[in-house]
Amino acid sequence: MTAAASVRGRAWVGEAPLFAPVELVLELGGWTCLLGPSGVGKSTILRLIAGLETGARFEGEVVRNCPVALMAQDPGLIPWLDVTGNVTLGARLRGSLGASSVSKYPGGRRSGPIEGPLRRGAKPPAAPAARAAHLIEAVGLADRTHHLPANLSGGQRQRTALARTLFEDRPLVLLDEPFSALDARTRAQMQDLAARLLDDRTVLLVTHDPAEAARLGDRILLLRETGLNEWPRPDPRPKGAARPYDAPEVLALQAELMRGMMA
Amino acid sequence: MRTVAALVVTILALWQGVIWLAGMPPFLLPSPLAVADALWINRAEIARHAGFTLAEVVLGFTLGSALGAALAVAMGFSQKLTGVLRPILTFSQTIPVFALAPILTLWLGFGMAPKIAMTVLIVFFPVASAFLDGLMRTPQAALDLAQVMGAGRTRIMRHLRIPAALPSLATGLRLAAVYAPIGAVIGEWVGGARGLGALMIHANGRMKTDLVFAALLVLSVMTVIFARLVAIALHRLLRRYGV
Repeated sequence: MTAAASVRGRAWVGEAPLFAPVELVLELGGWTCLLGPSGVGKSTILRLIAGLETGARFEGEVVRNCPVALMAQDPGLIPWLDVTGNVTLGARLRGSLGASSVSKYPGGRRSGPIEGPLRRGAKPPAAPAARAAHLIEAVGLADRTHHLPANLSGGQRQRTALARTLFEDRPLVLLDEPFSALDARTRAQMQDLAARLLDDRTVLLVTHDPAEAARLGDRILLLRETGLNEWPRPDPRPKGAARPYDAPEVLALQAELMRGMMA
Repeated sequence: MRTVAALVVTILALWQGVIWLAGMPPFLLPSPLAVADALWINRAEIARHAGFTLAEVVLGFTLGSALGAALAVAMGFSQKLTGVLRPILTFSQTIPVFALAPILTLWLGFGMAPKIAMTVLIVFFPVASAFLDGLMRTPQAALDLAQVMGAGRTRIMRHLRIPAALPSLATGLRLAAVYAPIGAVIGEWVGGARGLGALMIHANGRMKTDLVFAALLVLSVMTVIFARLVAIALHRLLRRYGV
């Protein structure tokens, strides 16, 4: 199996090293959680894969074999566009809004076992507007399509951002602490929703929350000042869902991860 | 409104009081009544001159704003261009426009052209400067997304940076609307026989100080109304765009 992306190298901010030499290979499929405290360069690694400016000096090699979509803690919603406008932003920015959108990569637009109109096997609509409407319904904002971001709650904004990420329809999805600013209940709901809707895609989730990694990680990588460590693979996750937040084995994994971060 | 009325009455009373107490001759400081009188007697002439000044202001403001906005967008596209143009623009603002007026009149004649050019010179800098500021402050999260989404520079400019910078552009335009008449009047002082500036110089030369004050009053009121109209138009425009 070819890797979706890989980062090999080290980075500095000014003269101070940001992270020791790391080797991160992202295999196709599943959720990889990059867990670590703030300031160790988790987001830098994600931004390197996304091809964005990092503000750090990187020495090494970044390989990416497939197109990406990005979702970050700041949902980056456009204040003058309503929910639909924000979801279809990518099409607008590529000048393909209105034209029938053809998936840009082979085997694209795979839908997971999603309830409702996006159920597996159901053919998603091709026109961007109809596709956006389906995704907005899937994230539970069907009654908010014409609301501006200013009139949405924090959770609803992240739901919009999730729909926008799905609209991009990319095989590799980069999540940069997307739920960090949410309250505990909304965060757990968003984790469930993201696990369901992003199933069957390759996901890199950058997080500083061991509970989040314990719920969502098919594979967990711990990034500390000393370097990158692969955590033993946890038991498989239920298909298209996050692990229950209150299951003893999830809580135990969360505690272990916390110990790992403190070490 | 009541405060404004009270302020106007107080100023008029002080004005009249100074004339009575100091016994100022009318050619140095005409009384408010004399100014009102001059305004009424010369209303046709003043209106004609005001019309010319207003035309220069509107044309100069429109041209200068378009020029300033276009310059800001061009600079927003290219760091290199910004590096070259910014010092030139700053340098251009160190030259007092008063010094340029005779040269512009020499080059462009005694018609409307040098007045419009003066207004353009005054208007374009605040507009370009405020707009460029806005263009450079697009939220990074939106720019990151656009880049990952594979957007081109032109579309990012059109769909993200320009709409996000419209409030900054509006700030520049509101400021420019207040300054625009200054450019026109300076132009009129230097050459030509039309416009409120020319009327003031002419009246001043004939010691008709009351007429100078009347023209000045009309100019002020015109400027306030023009700036207010621009502000209202911008407010509506921004609300329609939702930024």
